[in-house]
Amino acid sequence: MTLNGWLQILVYCAVMLLLTKPMGVFMAKVFSRERTWLDPVMRPIEKTLYKLTCVDEHREMRWTEYSIATLLFSAVSMLGLYLLERTQQWLPLNPQKFPAIPQDLAFNTAASFTSNTNWQFYSGEQVMSYLTQMAGLAFHNFVSAAAGMALAVAFIRGIARREKETIGNFWVDMTRAIFWVLLPLSLVAALVLVSQGVIQNFRPYDTARLIQPQLVQRVGQDGKPVFDASGKQVMDTITEQTIAQGPIASQEAIKELGTNGGGFLNSNSSHPFENPTPFSNFVEMVLIFLIPAGLTFTLGRMTGSQKHGWAVFAAMAVLFLVGITTTYWAEARGNPLLKGADETHTALQPGGNMEGKEVRFGIADSALFATITTDASCGAVNGMHDSYTPLGGMVLLVNIMLGEVVFGGVGAGLYGILIFVVLSVFIAGLMVGRTPEYLGKKIESYDVKMAMLYILIFPLMILLLAAASSLLPQGLATLNNHGPHGLSEILYAFTSATGNNGSAFAGLGANRWYNLAMAFAMLAGRFLMIVPMLAVAGNLARKKVVPPSPGTFPVTTPLFTALLVSVIIIVGALTFFPVLSLGPILEHLFMNSGRTF
Amino acid sequence: MPGKEAKQKSLWDGRIIRSALIDSLLKLNPRKMLRNPVMFVVEIGSVVTSVLLIRNLLRGSGAFGFDLQVTLWLWFTVFFANFAEAMAEGRGKAQAETLRRAKSETMARRVLPNGRIETVPGSRLRVDDVVMVAAGEVIPGDGDIIEGVASVDESAITGESAPVIRESGGDRSAVTGGTRVLSDEITIKITSNPGETFLDRMIALVEGAERQKTPNEIALNILLAGLTIAFLLAVVTLQPFAVYSGSPQTVFVLVSLLVCLIPTTIGGLLSAIGIAGMDRLVQHNVLAMSGRAVEAAGDVDTLLLDKTGTITLGNRQAAEFIAAPGISNDQLADAAQLSSLPDETPEGRSIVVLAKEKYGFRGRELSAHEAQFVPFTAQTRMSGVNFDGRVIRKGAADAIERYLKENNGILPCEVRATVERIARSGGTPLVVAENNRALGVVYLKDIVKGGMRERFAQLRAMGIRTVMITGDNPLTAAAIAREAGVDDFLAQATPRDKMDLIKKEQSQGKLVAMTGDGTNDAPALAQADVGVAMNTGTQAAKEAGNMIDLDSNPTKLLEIVEIGKQLLMTRGSLTTFSIANDVAKYFAIIPAMFAATFPVLKALNIMRLATPQSAVLSAVIFNALIIITLIPLALRGVQYKAMSAEALLRRNLFLYGVGGVIVPFIGIKIVDVIVRALGMA
Repeated sequence: MTLNGWLQILVYCAVMLLLTKPMGVFMAKVFSRERTWLDPVMRPIEKTLYKLTCVDEHREMRWTEYSIATLLFSAVSMLGLYLLERTQQWLPLNPQKFPAIPQDLAFNTAASFTSNTNWQFYSGEQVMSYLTQMAGLAFHNFVSAAAGMALAVAFIRGIARREKETIGNFWVDMTRAIFWVLLPLSLVAALVLVSQGVIQNFRPYDTARLIQPQLVQRVGQDGKPVFDASGKQVMDTITEQTIAQGPIASQEAIKELGTNGGGFLNSNSSHPFENPTPFSNFVEMVLIFLIPAGLTFTLGRMTGSQKHGWAVFAAMAVLFLVGITTTYWAEARGNPLLKGADETHTALQPGGNMEGKEVRFGIADSALFATITTDASCGAVNGMHDSYTPLGGMVLLVNIMLGEVVFGGVGAGLYGILIFVVLSVFIAGLMVGRTPEYLGKKIESYDVKMAMLYILIFPLMILLLAAASSLLPQGLATLNNHGPHGLSEILYAFTSATGNNGSAFAGLGANRWYNLAMAFAMLAGRFLMIVPMLAVAGNLARKKVVPPSPGTFPVTTPLFTALLVSVIIIVGALTFFPVLSLGPILEHLFMNSGRTF
Repeated sequence: MPGKEAKQKSLWDGRIIRSALIDSLLKLNPRKMLRNPVMFVVEIGSVVTSVLLIRNLLRGSGAFGFDLQVTLWLWFTVFFANFAEAMAEGRGKAQAETLRRAKSETMARRVLPNGRIETVPGSRLRVDDVVMVAAGEVIPGDGDIIEGVASVDESAITGESAPVIRESGGDRSAVTGGTRVLSDEITIKITSNPGETFLDRMIALVEGAERQKTPNEIALNILLAGLTIAFLLAVVTLQPFAVYSGSPQTVFVLVSLLVCLIPTTIGGLLSAIGIAGMDRLVQHNVLAMSGRAVEAAGDVDTLLLDKTGTITLGNRQAAEFIAAPGISNDQLADAAQLSSLPDETPEGRSIVVLAKEKYGFRGRELSAHEAQFVPFTAQTRMSGVNFDGRVIRKGAADAIERYLKENNGILPCEVRATVERIARSGGTPLVVAENNRALGVVYLKDIVKGGMRERFAQLRAMGIRTVMITGDNPLTAAAIAREAGVDDFLAQATPRDKMDLIKKEQSQGKLVAMTGDGTNDAPALAQADVGVAMNTGTQAAKEAGNMIDLDSNPTKLLEIVEIGKQLLMTRGSLTTFSIANDVAKYFAIIPAMFAATFPVLKALNIMRLATPQSAVLSAVIFNALIIITLIPLALRGVQYKAMSAEALLRRNLFLYGVGGVIVPFIGIKIVDVIVRALGMA
């Protein structure tokens, strides 16, 4: 670890801290339908949209209607994406003449982008037309993020309102999220990224002649090396390189801002066309946390307890700092097995474990990006998580396992951590001898029941599907690594899917089983969870508010933050400890004793 | 509370333990276990390992010694949890036994509509029957006295040996079946059918037969069930991962891991904690009609306390005579004493006593002078005596002023000033007038009970607001409120005012507790979240409240609140402890499971447990023994201290959270050493 590395991390933290309040205030205004400086431009568009879609913007919804609206909207837009993928060969903006996406992959991708996961079992530049990328994938990048924000705001209203049946209007919340927050910010961010060299065009791909021809293994359909009759690997000589093009900058901004993470190009933000400079890297990292961090302030503002908003922010920040410290330490330490290799940091080399990392980012910025993207359910990557040291990789895995609540996905992170808050308050209330209250709302068995349902979906999907994959021949067929590392790869895939993260430990090939099982995990991880979540919101909105007294446990203090962090760790991590000990922990111990996988 | 000590049984009473041991076996019935999802899972696990143990024995496979021990300890875990519940119930049962003895069959003398009297067994009495009970007889059923006055021995119910006076009309008319009339004869109208009497309800309550899960208990049970499912998932899926890793596990080890991870400590003790909470109330001679009421007591935000009897000693005492100008103190004392001689109220008696002690007036026999007493009425709000041509009246200043005006007299402004001074200092001024002249003022002083100020301060620290309810005027009320340290007061309170105050507080989302005894308190008692009726009170009051204080001591409301809080705190603390324990158990069992295949995992064996078998066994044994160890804590409740929620949470988190992480590391290590020493594994 270097001073320079820590400085970059601290500058990032400082910038995030500074941006939280203005973002939070702005979003609180947007969702409370107060006047903002964007109104003159956006209000007419908004009104026209409502007129066209027959939405009464003053009509509010009960939690049940809100859930149905979310689910229906997502189902319809998912179907739209699926059809677009299946018919792209007949549609315009396809200069590379890509054929239709196969059924199961199209389904997986539709589920992936609708659920804000953006898991990609494909290489964008090799299968998706420009139209599919823009009208299909980028559209979902906006609406799935907007839906997440709408859900979070609905939950905040549930806490803030007293004796009300409704928690807002899904259509209005979503429209305002897109036109007031996502679109303007994406526009500015895209321009900043273009200034750094991110490309934006509709050209067919460039072809470049290699100065030095390359000899590479031929890889078959199953993703494994091809052997000839005599058992020798088949090698191909490559003399040309295809350089993908496309409208990348416009997608890049929303990819980060909406914590989507689905790259235009397969190598995502490690590709120079997506993330060319350390500054673009910094901008992308800021974009990822911008809305999730801001929403904590929105929470404080809308519930009238700004300190509570900061307490939640603090809990997220603590978990983030522990994560980045561990990852940075693990990666900067390097690989103990590389005896004789110089892994020290010098002016000429970054040192540490540079496998799978970009030289222009180095250890600190790679570790920081990886921590942020796994904390925030973004899934964009600027390096290969698979190549991290076992402990470094475990932190990324655990970040997702905690439930994507360390800032988390836009909206999803906030409502996720608020479910943990409900549980923390329940336990704290018992310990101080009083029926628990959360900002004056009594937490009763219905709330606990729904919160537990929400929480259980996570281990249920991850553990059951990963366990099945580790036994089924289909699950093992496309696994390229064995031993604990192979287990980590399977585990990471389902954790990423259920957590709607979308980043991957590579090494796991797509097949029918994974396409379908992962699609299932992604849909469950988003849509099964929002129903109990909204049920809690609706139930809270109905309750009376008990005025706080010294006997009420305050949800604004460092003690509350500490309790919240413990509950997140205990409920989130404890169930995964056994499998983690067979995966990354075992791998780490093996590495220290001289074995790798 | 003389009855209190007698009822406080030792925690480890031999008889209770014996019957609890038998009950814990009966409770193994799976249908009964279903009530407790956590322990039900443990029982299923025990059954599975038992079946496998037998199968392995027949096949000659498996490690019999280890498997047997694991199976036995799993059964012990279930058994210990049942034992905890049985112990808690046992204490109630023992008390129910005592109560049953009071319920022995009695004969009743029923008055027929035609006036004839027939003798019937008590069990044949129905509501609205009228019975006569004479001295020495047991009252055959709950009822109201419609005629007569009697002293009644209620020790069978309250444990209080001093007899109480019960009389027809007013707020002291209720009698309870099973109590004994000591003097006189009374006519009672029966108010409850056999099987529904107070004694029946009381027996059912202390026995826990009617026990239903309280809202908070249900919520906690859901949390525990959820955690159990999560750990069930973790363990069930661990086998595929283990198979993938080439290190499959036996069912015995997997069940051991599961039982260690699910919150068995709190799961096993949860119902015992609830029963013990009710039991603690019973020991304080309070009957809660439902567990819900006990929980609500812990949540109370506002306490409505009657001034008289709760904050101040039951009666005011005459402290001083302050004569009007031109009147000697002797004149005043003489008149005051005369007017108070027939007055049987404590205030009246205290005036007689003060006159005797300070001015040497002896009590006189008035009947000889053909005195005529004028009793206090709500209309005149005065009492007095007409005697030898002297018309003496005493009463509140405004009542006397009106009386003087009617008789062409006036209230001198000096007297008025004295009245105001006394009222402002929290006393009650009683003006004495003779014919049409005001003689002076008797200073009746309210005596605030000792230690009340400190208790109210404690309540304030816990966030509970105290409101004093009094019939006094605002001036007097404010002074006493200041002296006692209550947060607020409601002066000149009518039952309606009381009701309005409760509703107002509740509309702000607050929970309100109050005590009451009169029939006019009944609506307020029913409206309050916690309504404690005094046992001396009317039947209506007792039915409206959700708790009954057998000692009829209104101050006990404070203890009830503490018991309610303690109940929730015990649950919360043990839940935290239970979950925190899991960390150490992981470090014991996970390396033990996989160290054979992956020796590098021994690095996780930070407790340095001897062998994989001893590690698993030690964790299971610790997990079972911790339930037994914590039974006393569950029954007694965690230590309760009045402090702010923040401080309380910090303390309990440290004790049961941090402690819960550390204790099992030490405990499992110790068990491991013993297991090795005994050669068990």
